[in-house]
Amino acid sequence: MIGVGKMKQYTNVLDRPLSKGKQEVSLSAFAFLFSELVQYNQTQVDNIAELERRLEDAGYAVGARVLELLCHREKGNRRETRLLGILSFVHSTVWKVLFGKVADSLEKGTEHEDEYMISEKELLVNRFISIPKDMGTFNCGAFVAGIVRGVLDNAGFPAVVTAHFVPVEGQQRPRTTILIKFAEEVLRREARLG
Amino acid sequence: MANTACFMIVSKNDIPIYEAEVGAAPRKEDAAHQHQFILHAALDIVQDLAWTTSAILHTRLMLLHDSRNDDGIKSFFQEVHELYIKTLLNPLYLPGSRITSSHFDTKVRALARKYL
Repeated sequence: MIGVGKMKQYTNVLDRPLSKGKQEVSLSAFAFLFSELVQYNQTQVDNIAELERRLEDAGYAVGARVLELLCHREKGNRRETRLLGILSFVHSTVWKVLFGKVADSLEKGTEHEDEYMISEKELLVNRFISIPKDMGTFNCGAFVAGIVRGVLDNAGFPAVVTAHFVPVEGQQRPRTTILIKFAEEVLRREARLG
Repeated sequence: MANTACFMIVSKNDIPIYEAEVGAAPRKEDAAHQHQFILHAALDIVQDLAWTTSAILHTRLMLLHDSRNDDGIKSFFQEVHELYIKTLLNPLYLPGSRITSSHFDTKVRALARKYL
């Protein structure tokens, strides 16, 4: 019989402890699951924009949960109320928990006040994916963009988040950049808080 | 020690996700409604406070109580917050919808009896 030999089998998820537990998940398992996710969504939609939107929505759900869990584990329930605070939180803590390292860089956009960019040389979700030519500018990083949007939205900083490829000299694969554009009210609130 | 309290979890958009009436003595119907009314009124005050301190933002756990047990209440909130996070981790749970699990209900009442 399966499960007979287990020592502590919690009958309900609410009983299980919320602490760190095992940190690692197998990369191949994740890659497989993610590829299935993309393929499943591909059969359901007719165009690329819809596919990106679905991946983003999947990421949004993850982001919402990651925010609550991380706030509870790491920061003892202290929430960030400042823009730079939440951005550096995403950039280091969230990236570390999800991908095992901090993001490569966090930049402020030069053209607009409300744009910020997080870039990564090789995004984990894109590592095993190749985009055929006829898909054009589709980027599976939309999933990660969704995660970031989920975190920001549930922390009270509504934003539009997208993922873009940025070709870099001397590198075969282009760098991936997550572009974050904050909503009006965020900037107003930030100005008010001084 | 007649110690009653009305506990409510409220989401963004002020929709109650979960409510429970806990206490040693059973109360009459109208008292229960009154408790909920007071809790709803308190929501606005909490909202104003929320942005000036670095406390919890969109989902609020509210407790109406008539005892002075501050430490107990704080531990109660912490435990229920953990339970709420565990519920939230369920990928099939839509954040902001009602919590209908009877197990969650049992646990909250057990915690309430323990800390209040």
